[in-house]
Amino acid sequence: MAIFDIEINGKKQQVDVDPATPMLWVLRDHLDLVGTKYGCGIAQCGACTIHIDGTAVRSCSMPVSAVGNKSVTTIEGLSEKGDHPVQKAWLEHDVPQCGYCQAGQIMSAAALLDSNPTPGDAEIDAAMNGNLCRCGTYTRIKAAIKTAATG
Amino acid sequence: MTLVKTSHKRRSFLKISAATGGGMLIGFNWMTSCSSPEEETIAIPNEWFEMNGYIKIGDTGLVTIYSPNPEIGQNVMTSMPMIVAEELDVNWEHVVVEQGMLDEDVFHNPQFAGGSLSIMLGWDALRMAGATGRRMLLEAAAGEWGVQVSDLQVRDGIISEVNGDRSISYGDIASRAVDMEVPEEIELKDPKDFKLIGTYQKNVVGPQLVTGKSVFGLDFKREGMLLAMIQHPPAFGMKVKDFNQQEIKGMDGIRDAFIIDTGYEDEGRFDVNAFNQLIAIVGDSTWQLINAKKALKSNWETESTLESNQSHAESLARDLDNGTLQEERRDGDPDSAFAGAAKVIERTYSAPIIAHNTLEPMNFFAHVNGDKVELVGPTQTPNNLKESTSKMLGIPLENITVAMTRMGGGFGRRLYTHYGLEAAAISSKMSAPIKLIYSREDDMTQGTYRPAYRSTYKAGLDENNNLIAFSVKGVGFREGPVFPNRFPAGAIDHYYAVKRVSPSNISYGAWRAPRSHFTAGAEQSFLDEVAEAAGKDPIELRLELFDRAKTNPVGEEYEYDAERYAGVLKLVREKANWGEDMPGVYRGVAAYFCHNSYVAQILDLVMHNGQPKVKKVWCAVDCGIVINREGAKNIIEGGVVDGIGHAMYSELQFEDGAPVQENFNSYRLIRHGEAPEEIEVFFVENDISPTGLGEPGLPPAVGALASALYRATGQRYYHQPFTTKEQDQESRLLG
Repeated sequence: MAIFDIEINGKKQQVDVDPATPMLWVLRDHLDLVGTKYGCGIAQCGACTIHIDGTAVRSCSMPVSAVGNKSVTTIEGLSEKGDHPVQKAWLEHDVPQCGYCQAGQIMSAAALLDSNPTPGDAEIDAAMNGNLCRCGTYTRIKAAIKTAATG
Repeated sequence: MTLVKTSHKRRSFLKISAATGGGMLIGFNWMTSCSSPEEETIAIPNEWFEMNGYIKIGDTGLVTIYSPNPEIGQNVMTSMPMIVAEELDVNWEHVVVEQGMLDEDVFHNPQFAGGSLSIMLGWDALRMAGATGRRMLLEAAAGEWGVQVSDLQVRDGIISEVNGDRSISYGDIASRAVDMEVPEEIELKDPKDFKLIGTYQKNVVGPQLVTGKSVFGLDFKREGMLLAMIQHPPAFGMKVKDFNQQEIKGMDGIRDAFIIDTGYEDEGRFDVNAFNQLIAIVGDSTWQLINAKKALKSNWETESTLESNQSHAESLARDLDNGTLQEERRDGDPDSAFAGAAKVIERTYSAPIIAHNTLEPMNFFAHVNGDKVELVGPTQTPNNLKESTSKMLGIPLENITVAMTRMGGGFGRRLYTHYGLEAAAISSKMSAPIKLIYSREDDMTQGTYRPAYRSTYKAGLDENNNLIAFSVKGVGFREGPVFPNRFPAGAIDHYYAVKRVSPSNISYGAWRAPRSHFTAGAEQSFLDEVAEAAGKDPIELRLELFDRAKTNPVGEEYEYDAERYAGVLKLVREKANWGEDMPGVYRGVAAYFCHNSYVAQILDLVMHNGQPKVKKVWCAVDCGIVINREGAKNIIEGGVVDGIGHAMYSELQFEDGAPVQENFNSYRLIRHGEAPEEIEVFFVENDISPTGLGEPGLPPAVGALASALYRATGQRYYHQPFTTKEQDQESRLLG
């Protein structure tokens, strides 16, 4: 066990855990930030996507010891009032079905638009291909990303 | 209006304070960013008045509607309360939706999610709940003013005199309405007067979902709760013997490790599971449990055959070709008709075992506290879980509560809540509240899988290319994939359907549109081939058959309405401009009736760098009255993507009794870049009582895809998954 000080959603947090613990379980089990979801544990489904210094990262495969001084953003911290352009576009297009993957989808989409404000179809596919949606809301997700990009 | 007898006779009207009755507000649809600012000014009530099990009215006019059924992404949390709100006559912007607890005495409605039945079975009860509430509020106002109910009208939760100036809001009259007698009979609205039903409404939980605030089963937490994981035998046909219990118990953060047995007398179908005995590990954190699982050294005993893809292929092929098949239907004299036919086409189709792979793995919270049990989690069949928990633990039903959390997908997997029983068994052993969590690997390798199927279709055409004989024979594990009285039964003079169940020791269950997802794909792409052989347009061939079924049906019965079936085909033909020449676009068409709804689809495929890409899918749907058009479109779109994805890519292979694929690095699911670029959904407009949409959108996609692939590649697709399976008809084996 070791003590880690991490900045999460703009707030300093301290946890005492095994250094190999993935950020996913630090968030979910130790900090009660359960918006970040577990889907596969091997970075294949994207449900656990968070931002580390603004870059989309699969938190299930990133040990807490690798975070260091970088700032972590989770779905709970993406916007104060749930009004990030991507979240608004998701509501406008009524994207979710079960909704389980959507926090990860939104985090991937927000990171994409940060680095590429007007992505084309192929760029959206490339950035989002790591995020599975078992309900099949892919066409709505793509439409919502385009709305968020232009809105 | 329709006059019906009410079933809400029980007086359950309680005046309850906000503190006890307010509960957690789950569905703030009145606070979404999409609603206008003036709609958000309604205040949180100080007092709530419970009209019946569905409706609670606050003194400020805010209305809580309880959604009775499990929510697996089919969006019943929006559509079911919409039905109540329609008859109650309230402003939808003033409605807050909460998930109801399991209590069928209160809801007068079967509380499960399966068979696309929630809307169809709930329709009457939901309308009655709303209409009863409305009537009692009206009677209270009439009593207050000394007038008749017939002198009053309601608009958006405001009661007013038809010929007078007085008006009062539901919020202001609710305290008196709860004392009214429950009406014996109630008037329901004429569908033409619906104001809310049939509109586009956003998912009431949308704002929670996009901010990560929705509580799924895996997110549920209780103070003092321990976590648990299980280890099942590595193969079907094996059983746990022992494991390094002392070593595991000594690991960091591990509280206990033991073997549980969820077997009980009189086991029901809904607990289907290959492994009653499992290793359970209980600890403080998920990561510590994952590490403990890795450190397990277990001994297993082989109890029965260890099956494989090869053995599956052989047994299905053997049973289909040589087995004794059970006859389900026979019309005319098919043997003679085939013998005398000018052309006979015979094709064999197959599909592999697939897993449900809900993105939220199985999990459940259980607290067995003496003779009381609290269960919380994701289940499509809460009542079954309650009953089996009662039997397993010997605790009376009335001491068991089940709360349904939101679910990260269902697709049929959570009909079988054995993981809830496992949680209860672990909690009972620990005498502590626990939450059981499956890893993805646990989830994928201990499934209630879609069984493998193999079917042969045969058609006979006369010299004028009329379809005079048709047969289907199907075999599968758990069930033969044959619906003997569905189309084209009733439309062909000489017809037979036979089936057989092949043995297997793997656990199988219902997978979204059970059997239909396979029969639709096989039958509809077979009809495409028949149409080609007959030199007919594939839609015209089907319409001819529907016309026959309607005007001069063959046999005593068939299960579909030929006119509605033909209706969706005609609608999709018109919308998609079928017959139009579109260079580089390859089209397939399919129509299917299952789960009481009709769906036809035209799928447009293009070839991109030598790979097929679905450009657009056109869908025509007849589900009767559409409750929420937004949610209805979304679920049809999802069905299309699900159908295409699994037919193209997905397979769970077996070797030595064990699934070969254990996670998404080797199990293929459809991803963003493979999804259709566009899906458009059209509804047939009618006043027929509504039927479900969770499943019917999926099956036709498989047939439309296979036929479009044929036009694009010149090759017919018989064996799923289409991307990896040998498609040669000479290849008689699945594997």
